[in-house]
Order: sequence, then C-alpha cells, then structure tokens
Amino acid sequence: MRTIQRTHPFDRRQIRDAAAIAAAMVAVGASFGAIAIAYGVPTWVPFLMSTVVFAGGAQFLAVGLIAAGNPIAAVLAGLLLNARHLPFGLAIGSTMGTGWRRIVGSHLMTDEVVAFTLAEDDPARRRRTYWLMGLTLFTSWNVGTLLGVLLGSAVGDYEALGLDAAFPAGLIALILPSLRDRATRVVALTGTAIAVAATPVLPAGLPVLCALLGLLTLVRFGRRHREA
Amino acid sequence: MLLAAILILGVGTYTMRLGGIVLRDRLTLSPAWQRLLPMAAAALLAALAGTAALMSGSSFAGLARPTGVAVGALLAWRRAPFVVVVVAAAAVAALLRLAGVD
Repeated sequence: MRTIQRTHPFDRRQIRDAAAIAAAMVAVGASFGAIAIAYGVPTWVPFLMSTVVFAGGAQFLAVGLIAAGNPIAAVLAGLLLNARHLPFGLAIGSTMGTGWRRIVGSHLMTDEVVAFTLAEDDPARRRRTYWLMGLTLFTSWNVGTLLGVLLGSAVGDYEALGLDAAFPAGLIALILPSLRDRATRVVALTGTAIAVAATPVLPAGLPVLCALLGLLTLVRFGRRHREA
Repeated sequence: MLLAAILILGVGTYTMRLGGIVLRDRLTLSPAWQRLLPMAAAALLAALAGTAALMSGSSFAGLARPTGVAVGALLAWRRAPFVVVVVAAAAVAALLRLAGVD
C-alpha cells in the first residue's frame, strides 16, 4: 500500500448505474428462468445457459427452440445472434487486461458492458468499468435466473414492469455521447435504419450485423472531404 | 444432445468474445481503422437499441415500449443521469400498459 489513491476506484455515479442495471438484470433473468421452466426444459438448462452462454437475447431464443425440440436450430440461431461479440471485441481490445484477466474477462462481455466501457475515455477507468459492470451483470443475471426457476410464474412478466423499454433506453444513454461526432452519428443512424428495416425479413441476429453497412456512409464522407 | 447444444453455444459465444479481443491485440491498426472500430461498435449498439425499441420478433413492438424508450432517449439527450433514463423509460412503458395501451 505505497501509493496514495487520488481517486476512489468507483465513483457514486458508477455504483448507482451498476445497481440500476443489476436490478433490471435480476428481473429479466428471473423472466428467463421462469420461461425456461414453463417451457418444461430440465431445471439445469437455464442455470447452465446463464453461466456458460451468458447472453440474454441468445438464451431466450435458444431455450424456445430447445423446448420446440430443435437444439441444432438453437445453437445456430444463438451463435448468429452472438456474432456481434466479435466486432465488439475488436473495438474494446484487451480493456479487461491480459493473461488470465483476458481469459476470464472475455466471458463477461455483453452489450451493456461494451456500451459502459466505450463511454469511458481513460484506460484505467475503462478497465474498472469493464470489470465492475461485467461482474455485476453476470452475478445479477444468474441470481435472477435462480429466482425465476424457484418462483416460476410468480416473478411475473418483465414487460409489465416496462423493462423491455429500460434496456434500449439505457443503451441509447450510453452511446449518445459518441453520437455527438457527426460521422459516428451518420454511421450509427444509417446502420440502425438498415437493421430495423431488415428485422421483418432476416433471421434474428443478422439485422443487427447489417448495421455495419452503415460504415459505407464513410465512403461518401471521405470523397466529400477530398473534393472539398 | 441438450447438454451438447448448450455447451457448443457457450463455447462458440466465448470464442467470438475472445476472438475479437485477441485479433485486436495481434493487429497493428492504422489510425483510420482505430477510428473505425468504435464507430462499428456504436452502430451495432445503436442498431440493438433501435431494433429492441421498435420491433418485437419480426413485427412492430406496439406503442408502450417505443414511447418509453423515446422518453428515456429524450431525458438522455437532456443529460439526465443514466438511472433516471432507465427508470423513466420503464415507468412510462409500464404505466401505458397499465392504462391498457400496449
């Protein structure tokens, strides 16, 4: 303990944000556990998914397909939905550290963790944020799953609590600062429009990946810059 | 079969998580690429938010959820704290549903 810590490892805002997202994750995790049991899959299935897969959207999708008797479709659809983690990893790199920290920390990567991490500029803060949010979300998601399995339908419908609106709103709040940059804004909004338009026609997972086509707007930007 | 399916999905997801991170560390990226990658992540996150806000499966999500998200987005734009954004979005959507609007 030779260094004097000038800043507290986590400020109040971060703790408060983590608590808010944890509360929401417990509720959605509980829905997942309850739905899995309602589908009639073995009790160990939701637990194994929440620890080993740890990706909400893919878990809801996969457990439905497993219950429908189609585990191969569950794997393929889940992997397609989770393919966005590859570009996320490219964007954040070894924010979580190297060696065992990277081996363990990679597993904690989710949309929310990436959004919280990218919202920080300072590398040390980024690392702390990654671990704080990653561990908070992993814990709350699994606690939620347990509650859902134990309490079943008693935990209720998370849509009645409006939590289906909370997650997109939270993501918007986190990416909003990066959208102040004009080029990023055009890329992101174009990508979002493409993804929303593609949702009715493409299988789950692909529309969001199509948002990367928004990067093509940079070609136009570049040309205009050169002409100017 | 069930166990294998979940394990394959888990290992595959982990491989994609770790794969991007390792790839980033192995590559020497030009400044242009270093600028491009956060933009790509922003586009993916925005698309996730947009599709989750507006769509339910392959059809429109109705009224309650998009309205809740819009209120949250407006608050975020007015620089309200994250907690306020999330709670307000959920509260608006929940109250609309309580009032029979979905």
